[in-house]
Amino acid sequence: MIKGLFVKKKKYATIPTGKVKQDVPEGIMSKCPECKHIMVTKELKKNLLVCQGCQYHYSMSSQERIASLIDEGTFTEYDTEMISKNPLDFPDYLEKLEGDRKKTKINEAVVTGEGKLDGLDVTIAVMDSRFRMGSMGSVVGEKITRAIEKAIETEKPFIIFTASGGARMQEGVLSLMQMAKTSVALKKLSEKGLLFISVMTHPTTGGVSASFASVGDYNFAEPKALIGFAGRRIIEQTIRQELPDDFQTAEFLLKHGQLDGVIHRSDMKKTLGTLLKIHSEGRR
Amino acid sequence: MAAELEFERPIHELEKKIAELKSFMEEKEIDLTDEIQNLEEKLSRLENSTYSEMKPWDRVQIARHAERPTTLDYIKYLFTDFIELHGDRLFGDDEAIVGGVAFYKDLPVTVIGHQRGKDTKENLRRNFGMPHPEGYRKALRLMKQAEKFNRPIICFIDTKGAYPGKAAEERGQSEAIARNLVEMAGLTVPVICIVIGEGGSGGALALGVGNYVHMLENSTYSVISPEGAAAILWKDASQAKKAAESMRITAPDLKELGIIDEIIEEVKGGAHKDPKRQSEEIDAVLESSLNHLLTMSEDELIEQRYEKYKKIGQFGFVNDSIVVK
Repeated sequence: MIKGLFVKKKKYATIPTGKVKQDVPEGIMSKCPECKHIMVTKELKKNLLVCQGCQYHYSMSSQERIASLIDEGTFTEYDTEMISKNPLDFPDYLEKLEGDRKKTKINEAVVTGEGKLDGLDVTIAVMDSRFRMGSMGSVVGEKITRAIEKAIETEKPFIIFTASGGARMQEGVLSLMQMAKTSVALKKLSEKGLLFISVMTHPTTGGVSASFASVGDYNFAEPKALIGFAGRRIIEQTIRQELPDDFQTAEFLLKHGQLDGVIHRSDMKKTLGTLLKIHSEGRR
Repeated sequence: MAAELEFERPIHELEKKIAELKSFMEEKEIDLTDEIQNLEEKLSRLENSTYSEMKPWDRVQIARHAERPTTLDYIKYLFTDFIELHGDRLFGDDEAIVGGVAFYKDLPVTVIGHQRGKDTKENLRRNFGMPHPEGYRKALRLMKQAEKFNRPIICFIDTKGAYPGKAAEERGQSEAIARNLVEMAGLTVPVICIVIGEGGSGGALALGVGNYVHMLENSTYSVISPEGAAAILWKDASQAKKAAESMRITAPDLKELGIIDEIIEEVKGGAHKDPKRQSEEIDAVLESSLNHLLTMSEDELIEQRYEKYKKIGQFGFVNDSIVVK
């Protein structure tokens, strides 16, 4: 075609730049979104998804998290088949859920179950930020509540790893009420003298931060995790001043007395194991 | 005269017309009785239809009305010998929440509620009814005190939400709210919560874990304000009206979703039209709720609260064959 004559042929191969800040590494090599350090993905995964250059903690899927904590072959998952409905008839909600189910291979934004951590029994809930930003709707609230009830019934400690943008808007006030629902269960757990450890991972905000995430017997967080009640932009608009760079990071919360500690991922299992041991000795 | 609400404009226009006709009749000594009577009938029909078919957005307007009665107004009408108690003993006194002891009829009670201001000056002092952590911690302190002395607790909910500010985050807004939720769950005394205006998200819920949760007919309770929802959903805060409709935030919606116990009827046109009569409506529901809860043991109260929240939510299972529309 004549037109073809005027089109300049590309001399170089182009690298697609559309995909920015891919947090979950997929290729053979992975570049750290923080320090641009390049690692072999396999090595990165072996390193619990922590950059060897700057110690940046990549987001972990619930499956990866459980594998990193629970002794191999001891995990039993609860309520695998529970899925969300569309109580407010929100347009596109069911399709979005279906899309996330396919993408993440899990049915909702939290995985719950029981297993052994360093040989000690635990009930555990792990939120997954890949599924609807880890937001809490009826199913997340119900699964966490059931896991707590199971912990009460079996007299086991309860550990939660949070990762959530907050309450799920598409379920409106039903989502809000999951904060109360999980709280009444946690109160019961506490009354039985059972241990509850909360570990906040990136991000833990809104209704999740303002409910179970903040009321552990021990509250921990991963380095640099974003943790807060209100969104940074909303606060900046409200108070009309710039916020410090470390605002609402795990380190910021530690400084302000809101956390027992910030724990590096490579120390996580050991720390939790030690605490479980301290508590199991104490109960005898 | 109260600020005019958009949906009430036709009513006000008709009222004006009737008033004009009346003065015209007197002035010119012409008999217009029939016409006036006609219009008055029309007015009453219009009032009935307007107020019986209120749209969610109309209710939002009423819930936010500058003259809508506040916690302190209802305290004045419903309780005697109210003594306000201040401070969280940790940081300060947050005037966005008020609380204290009083008699309800002959019964000693603790009353706590969000408190908006009536004018700009008071609103600044009370931070527009948007609490900081110390407000929630004061509330919890008063609840624990009530528990110690075996007094029922009545909470009035009326806030746009917990304050989104730097200081609030530094002092643990999340923890303060979360702590209240957990501790309210375990209170050994009756807890009755009444949403009297806006029930804005976690900041409202932090006073809202009760044995009974009632809502005034034109109050709202939501996970996010209609403006916030519109900004997120359609990137346009001016779509708030549409968001108010789809988010299901009115008292009838919450009743249907199984979240609240009773809708407290409002006087025609909203509580601000007659706070005293509105208080009588609240009084009736409060009394019967209290009477019922006072027959329950400590364990029963906790268990009832547990069961109440445990059942909130809607979910299915993979094999339910949910049809994706």
